[in-house]
Amino acid sequence: MSEAAVAVAGLRRDYGERTALDGVGFELAAGESLVVLGPNGAGKTTLLRILATLLRPSSGEVRVLGSRLPGEAWKLRGRVGFLGHEPLLYRDLSGRENLRFHARLHGVRGGRAEARIEALLAAIGMERRADQRVAELSAGMRQRLAVCRCVLHEPQLLLLDEPDSHLDAEGRELARALIGPGGSRTRVLVTHDPERALPDADQVLRLGIGGRAVTA
Amino acid sequence: MTPSRLAFATILAKDLRAELRTLQSLPAMALFAVTTFVIFRFGLDRTSLSGSLAAGVLWATLLFAAVLGINRLFVAEREEGGFDAIRLAPIDRTALFAAKAAALLVYLLVLELIVVPVFALFFLDSAAALPPLAAVLLLADLGLAATGTLISSMAVHSRARDLLTPLVLLPLVVPLMIAATGATEPLLTLGGPAYDRFGTWLAVLGLYDLVFLLVGYAVFDFLLED
Repeated sequence: MSEAAVAVAGLRRDYGERTALDGVGFELAAGESLVVLGPNGAGKTTLLRILATLLRPSSGEVRVLGSRLPGEAWKLRGRVGFLGHEPLLYRDLSGRENLRFHARLHGVRGGRAEARIEALLAAIGMERRADQRVAELSAGMRQRLAVCRCVLHEPQLLLLDEPDSHLDAEGRELARALIGPGGSRTRVLVTHDPERALPDADQVLRLGIGGRAVTA
Repeated sequence: MTPSRLAFATILAKDLRAELRTLQSLPAMALFAVTTFVIFRFGLDRTSLSGSLAAGVLWATLLFAAVLGINRLFVAEREEGGFDAIRLAPIDRTALFAAKAAALLVYLLVLELIVVPVFALFFLDSAAALPPLAAVLLLADLGLAATGTLISSMAVHSRARDLLTPLVLLPLVVPLMIAATGATEPLLTLGGPAYDRFGTWLAVLGLYDLVFLLVGYAVFDFLLED
């Protein structure tokens, strides 16, 4: 049997005296989708940030795409697409300039980068607004650009924190084509909209207050 | 891994492009420096300065103008998610330190291109000291860029960053300022530049630069951890 794409056991994360995650565990095979549900403050975002190497676990085992975290985080970077609450876009650069910046940081350069950026902008319906400064764009348009940023380097694992935020119906459908289920990509999706997300889920993780897994 | 040189060039180009577009740091730094020279000119009631007084006026002004730029160095990274973006990318994170220090160095050099001639116009009888002064400025700027980048990356996470940056930075740059004024003083003596202990002070500046560039390289990765 092949190794799980994401394997988490006994994961705990404390912020000072407050516990955000407590004993969380699950295994996700390559290509599967995990939907994470739970009330505000249940530690969903903390879980995603740990999987993205942006936070260190306080204790527990975390293995992502074969890399043990946090020790082997450097091996994982560049193989994960992270879409969080912030679009990670510079307000004083245009959408296209932002995507070029992220492409270069991920080693995607030259004609390949330009072709990829143009294809993504067309796919998300932003090609005509891509040269405007991000500061001049609406929250929905920034989110569309953030979706492009997230998949620009063709990551193997997508970590998506409420990816539909600020998106209109058209935006949601266009984004779904880029970050939705299908293909060989593994996905961990945090959402407050189970009706939309559950039909695509291979597994569901419900977190309760205090970051305890209610069901996995 | 993305090559460090590519990451360095990418981050530096982004910073310079953003500054050119918004002019958030450089105009404020230059305006502060020129205004301070005007205050010194009328406050001291002197049309000509030389020696240690001239060196002190020049370096105190440049240092406080630099603090304005240092304060803003990581604001975009903090407020627009740049830290996360860089931590997600397969790059050596010291590329961020190097790029930010290089951006600050560029700001300081441009600042000095504008305000040192103003200083000469206000206070110096001749421009003969300016060519050797360029070496002092470059070495002191390098030290300020290394120390300022390090302190700014820590202070930006605090709500009191405007207060924290000068409080932590100024004591750290005291040796740098002593060496910079020590090297500048003989250059600005009446009757033209002298070179007493000039080489020694330049060596001290170079040593300071080396130490803080190495410290920055060694600890910056840890500063980016959660």
